[in-house]
Amino acid sequence: MEPFIRHTGVVAPLDRVDVDTDQIIPKQFLKRIERTGFGQFAFFDWRYNEDGTPNPEFELNRPGYEGASVLVAGRNFGCGSSREHAPWALEDMGFRTIIAPSYADIFFNNCFKNGMLPVVLPEATVNEIMARAKERPGYQVTVDLEKQTVEDEEGLVAPFDVDPFRRHCLLNGLDDIGLTLQHADEIAHYEQKRSPLLPVTAG
Amino acid sequence: MSAQPKMLFEKIWDAHVVHEAPGEPALLYIDLHLVHEVTSPQAFDGLRLSGRTVRRPDLTVATMDHNVPTWDRKLPITDDVSRQQMETLARNCEEFGIPLYDLHSDKQGIVHVIGPELGLTQPGLTIVCGDSHTSTHGAFGALAFGIGTSEVEHVLATQCLQQAKPKTMEVRVDGRLGRGVTAKDVILAIIGRIGTAGGTGYVIEYTGEAIRSLSMEGRMTVCNMSIEAGARAGMVAPDDKTFAYLEGRPHAPQGKAFERAVDFWRTLPTDEGASYDRVEVFDAGEMAPHVTWGTNPGMVVPVTGRVPDPASFAEDADRRATKRALEYMGLKPGTAIEDIPIDRVFIGSCTNARIEDLRAAAAMIHGKKAHPSVYAMVVPGSMPVKFQAEAEGLHEIFKTAGFDWREAGCSMCLGMNPDILKPGERCASTSNRNFEGRQGKGGRTHLVSPQMAAAAAIAGHFVDIRKWEN
Repeated sequence: MEPFIRHTGVVAPLDRVDVDTDQIIPKQFLKRIERTGFGQFAFFDWRYNEDGTPNPEFELNRPGYEGASVLVAGRNFGCGSSREHAPWALEDMGFRTIIAPSYADIFFNNCFKNGMLPVVLPEATVNEIMARAKERPGYQVTVDLEKQTVEDEEGLVAPFDVDPFRRHCLLNGLDDIGLTLQHADEIAHYEQKRSPLLPVTAG
Repeated sequence: MSAQPKMLFEKIWDAHVVHEAPGEPALLYIDLHLVHEVTSPQAFDGLRLSGRTVRRPDLTVATMDHNVPTWDRKLPITDDVSRQQMETLARNCEEFGIPLYDLHSDKQGIVHVIGPELGLTQPGLTIVCGDSHTSTHGAFGALAFGIGTSEVEHVLATQCLQQAKPKTMEVRVDGRLGRGVTAKDVILAIIGRIGTAGGTGYVIEYTGEAIRSLSMEGRMTVCNMSIEAGARAGMVAPDDKTFAYLEGRPHAPQGKAFERAVDFWRTLPTDEGASYDRVEVFDAGEMAPHVTWGTNPGMVVPVTGRVPDPASFAEDADRRATKRALEYMGLKPGTAIEDIPIDRVFIGSCTNARIEDLRAAAAMIHGKKAHPSVYAMVVPGSMPVKFQAEAEGLHEIFKTAGFDWREAGCSMCLGMNPDILKPGERCASTSNRNFEGRQGKGGRTHLVSPQMAAAAAIAGHFVDIRKWEN
C-alpha cells in the first residue's frame, strides 16, 4: 500500500450530508472484477447527463475543480453498502484524502485499507473549508498526517485526531495481512483450542 | 461467582480475541465467512498476487445472489459482465476449495437468508461477509458485521480480522406491537428516531418484550437494518425460539451435541447488572406501520403521517437534504402518505423475503387482485423459501392476484440484475435502502413491511393496514 504522509491539493466541495456509497459508485459498475478503473464511474448519476455529457449542475463539474485531490463533504459520508468500490472510485478519480465531520463505519475503514486518509474535523471547520473552496475554485489545503493538521495559505490550521495504529499503518504503507501473519503462532494456538462442536461449511 | 457481569457482545468478543496489545486493534478470530460474487473477486486476486491461500475453506461458504437473474434459471444469462463475475466466483471457489451454492443449486439464495437456513448461523459465533447487511445474523446472538473487500482478503488469508472494540447500545422496545405493526416498522421507527448515523461506532443489542415476542424471521429483519442506523452490528440474545429454529438444520449440531450446544448458548445472554454505553427505549404500543418518504431510511413517518416540509427542520443541512429528497421523490410537502400512488411493488431482499414474510404478504391479498396500474413482483430470499412457499400454495395466491413469482436473489433491492425501476417509477419495497437510484436510476423507493407492500399493490396507493379487511 502507498504510504500517506502529507498531501497538498485542490479542494472539491460536495456540500451534501449522508452521501451514500450508491451515489459514490452506482451498482451497475460493481460487476467488474478488477480493482482499478472505477474513477470514470464515480458519482455517475449526479455527474453525467442522460447522453453521457458532464452535468454542469453537479458541484464537482464546475470550473476550477479539475484535478482536485481533496474532497470535502457533509456529515455521515459514505453511508450504506460495504462496497470497497467506493474508495477505489474516489481514489481513481484523483482523491487522496477526504475531509468531513463524520463518516459511516465501513467506508471509513475501507479508506485506510487503500492508503486514503478520511480526516474528521468539527462541522464548523468543515463548513469553513467548504465555503472557501466554493468561493475560490482552485483553493488548496495541505493535509499532514505526521503533524495531524489541515492547513491552508490563509492561516487556517485545523488539528485532527486519528487512531494511532491507523496513522502508523498509513504513514508506513503497511500491509494488514502481513501484520496479522506475524501472529500466526497465536492464530494456530487459538484454532487448537476451538470447540469441535463449531460448524463447518462443507457437506 | 462474583465475575464481572458481561454483555452478550462482550462474551463473544472476549472469546474470539487471538491477540491484543495496547494501542492496537484486537485480532479477532472469525468462525464463519460468507462470500458472494460482487465483493470477492478482487480479494481472491489479491491472494494470488501475494502467493497466499485460503486458511480455512471449511469455515467459508459462497453463494451467488447479487447479480443473478430471477427469471427461468435454464435460460442463458444475457448480461456478459454479470456472467463473468459469477463464473469468476465459481473458479475461485474451485481453486481454493470453498463450498459454493451456485445459480443451479436448490439451496441458492441471498447470503443472509441461506446462512441461517443451513444452520451455519449460530449463537456465539463471529460472522463476517463483504456485505453490510451481514448484521442480519446477529438475530441469533452472533456477532456479525459487514466488511470491505480488503478485509475479505484478510479473512480469507488469516481467518482473523483486526477490529477496534465498538461501544455498546441497548435498544429496548417495551410493550406489545399492535395488529399490522411488524418487525420492519420497529426498525424503521428506531432509525427514524436515532437517525442514519445514530448507531455509528456501536453494536446494538435489541431487548425488551416486543423484541422477544418477534419470530426469528422478525428478529432478522430488525438486525438486518442495524446498518441503516449506522451501527456496526445488531444482536438479539438467543432463547428457546433461536434453539427451536436451529434444531435439525443441516449444519446445526445433532443429538447430544445439540443439547451441549444449547447449554452453552444459554450462557450467552447479557448478565444482570451489565451496563451499556448508551440506552434507547421505545414503546411498541406507540408504533404504527411506517413508510419512508425520502432518500435514506431515516426519512420515515407513520402511514398516518404526511410528507414533511423542508422548512420544518431546524438545521440548514437538513432543510437542503429534505428539499433535494422531495425533488428526487417527486413529492410535495404536506401530502398524506396514504394519498401517494405507486407503480411498482417489490417483495424481496435479505430484509423481508423469508417464508414468514411471504405468508404475511399472501394473507393480505388472498382473493384480491393487484391494482391495474401496479406491477408487483415477489422474489423469494432463497430457493428453499421458494419451494416452501410453493408447497404451501402461496405462489398461487400471488399469481392469482397478478403478482410476478420469481426465482431467488437480491434482485430489485439493488438492481444489479435486470430487475430495475424505470426513471420516475414509484415503488413500495420491502427492501432496506431508498437511496437515489438504488432500484434503478430515477426510481423512487418507499420502504415498507411485506404486509404494507402487498396492500399497496391492491389499493394502488399506501394504506393503513390496521384497517385492512382480509
